[in-house]
Amino acid sequence: MSGVVVAGVSRTFPGVRGGAPVQALAPVDLTVTEGDFVAILGPSGCGKSTLLRIVAGLDRPTTGTVTLDGKPVSGPGADRGMVFQSYTLFPWLTVAENIAFGPRERGTPSAERRAIAEKLMAQVGLTQFANHYPKQLSGGMQQRAALARALANDPKVLLLDEPFGALDHQTRSLMQELLLSIWEEHRKTVLFVTHDIEEAVFMANRVLVMSARPGRFKSEVAIPFAHPRSYKLKTTPDFSRLEEQLTEDIRSETIIAVQAGF
Amino acid sequence: MKPLEPVSPAARVVLGIAFFVIFFAAWAAVTFGGLVPKIFLADPVTMLREGWYLITNHGFLVDIGVTVWRVVGGFILAALVAVPLGLAMGAYKPVEAFFEPFVSFARYLPASAFIPLFILWAGVGEKQKLLVIFVGSVFQIVLMVAVAVGSIRRDLVEAALTLGARDQGIVARVMVPYAAPQIAEILRLVLGWAWTYVIVAELIGSSSGIGHMIIESQALLATGQMIFGIIVIGVIGLISDFVFKAVNQKLFPWSTI
Repeated sequence: MSGVVVAGVSRTFPGVRGGAPVQALAPVDLTVTEGDFVAILGPSGCGKSTLLRIVAGLDRPTTGTVTLDGKPVSGPGADRGMVFQSYTLFPWLTVAENIAFGPRERGTPSAERRAIAEKLMAQVGLTQFANHYPKQLSGGMQQRAALARALANDPKVLLLDEPFGALDHQTRSLMQELLLSIWEEHRKTVLFVTHDIEEAVFMANRVLVMSARPGRFKSEVAIPFAHPRSYKLKTTPDFSRLEEQLTEDIRSETIIAVQAGF
Repeated sequence: MKPLEPVSPAARVVLGIAFFVIFFAAWAAVTFGGLVPKIFLADPVTMLREGWYLITNHGFLVDIGVTVWRVVGGFILAALVAVPLGLAMGAYKPVEAFFEPFVSFARYLPASAFIPLFILWAGVGEKQKLLVIFVGSVFQIVLMVAVAVGSIRRDLVEAALTLGARDQGIVARVMVPYAAPQIAEILRLVLGWAWTYVIVAELIGSSSGIGHMIIESQALLATGQMIFGIIVIGVIGLISDFVFKAVNQKLFPWSTI
C-alpha cells in the first residue's frame, strides 16, 4: 500500500508531577494515498500536531502504528519532510545553505547540492536572497525558505504543521497559493495541519475535522474543486458552503475545548 | 533622559571618556592637593614616571610578557579540556549526569586556595602558575559551555532530524554552530577571570611577572609602581576584550545581525 497509513494510533502523555496522564489522541485511523493533499482541521489542543509529529517520527505513539509505503515508521527520516509553525531555519546558515542542509547530511556532492538549492530558490522566489541569513528575512520569506528546505530532500511526504500560522493574512494567502502551485506541479503527498478553515478548503482535496481532546476524527469532507485552483475560488458560493459546513462541525468542538480550558 | 532612549554614537564616546577624565582629575586633586599622603597614594604624574622607570630600568616589559604568557597558556589548556567536555555534557545527558555534580562542586573550590598545595607539588615555577589558571578556569568553562549547548532550541534539532540528520550531524552541524558564539563569549568572560588568578599566583610565590613586581614595590612603598602595574593589567584586559569581540564578529556574522 503506497502512501501513509495510520492505524489505531493514540498518544497518552504521562501526568506532570503525579497528575493524571493526559490522553491527547484517541486511537485514530487515517490513510493518505500517494499524491493526495489532506488537511486536518481542529481546535487548538486537539492533538492534531501530536498526530503529525508521530507521522514525522518525532514522537512515538502509545498504541498503533504508522507505515509509509508499507514500511513502519520508527523515527524521523528524510522521506518525510516537515515545515513547522515556528521559524526553524538554521540562523548560522544562509538561505542557500539552509536549503542544501538535507542533501548535505545525506552526502550529496556539493555541485549537485548547489543545483538543487538554486532550482528551489527560483521556485519560491528567493534567488536574490541566496546569501542572506534568516534574521535578515521577513516571516513569509523564512517560511518559503523552510518549504524549499523540506522539498530539497525530495521527500515522499510533506508534513506541514500550521506553517503559515504566524504570518499576516495577506502573506498567508500568497503562501497558500505558492504551496498549492508547488503541489500542483509535483503532486507530493501532503498532510497539512491547520485551524484555519479557509486555508484547508482552498488547498486540500480532503478535510478531516478533529474533535476536542482526546482527538478523534469527527467528520470528513471531500473538496471537489479541480486543480489548478485560483485565489478567486475563495469567493465562490460553493467554497462558502463548504466553509460553512466545516465551521459548524468545528464550532461545537471548539466550545468543548474552551470549556475544558485548553 | 528617558528609560531605554538610545544615545548617539558620538555622545557615547564623549561620555565614556568623560568618566576617565573625571577619575584622573579627582585622583590628581586628592594627591596634589595633599589630602592623601604621598606614601599611601602616588599622584598620576609620579605613577607614569615610575612606570617609565620600571620599563626602562627594570625590564618590566618582560614581566608583562611573562604574565600574558601564563594567562594565555593556562587558559588555552583549560579551554582545550573544558570545551569538548562541555559539548559532550550539553549534548549527551548521561555524560552530564556523570560529570555535572562533581564539576559544580569543583567550581566553588577557590583557585587561590590551591596555591600553597600547587607550590608543594610543582614548585614556584611556570607549572604552578599554569595549574592555578587551569583550575580556576576549567570548571567554569565546562559548566557554562554545557548550559549553552544544552539550551539549543528543540525545534531546530527536530527540523534537522526531519531533514535526515543523524546523531553526529545533529551534534556537529546543529548544536556546535548554534552554541559557538555563546562559547566564544564564555571564553572572553573566563579569560577576564583568569587574570585575577595569575596575579594572585604571582603575588604569593614568583620571581617574575606583574604580580611579582607589585609585591616587590610594596616592600619599597612605591605606590606609583603598584598602581602602574594594576593599570597595565586593566589596559591589557581591555585590549584582549576588544580583540575577542572583533574576532567573534568576524567568525559569527549571523549572530550580531
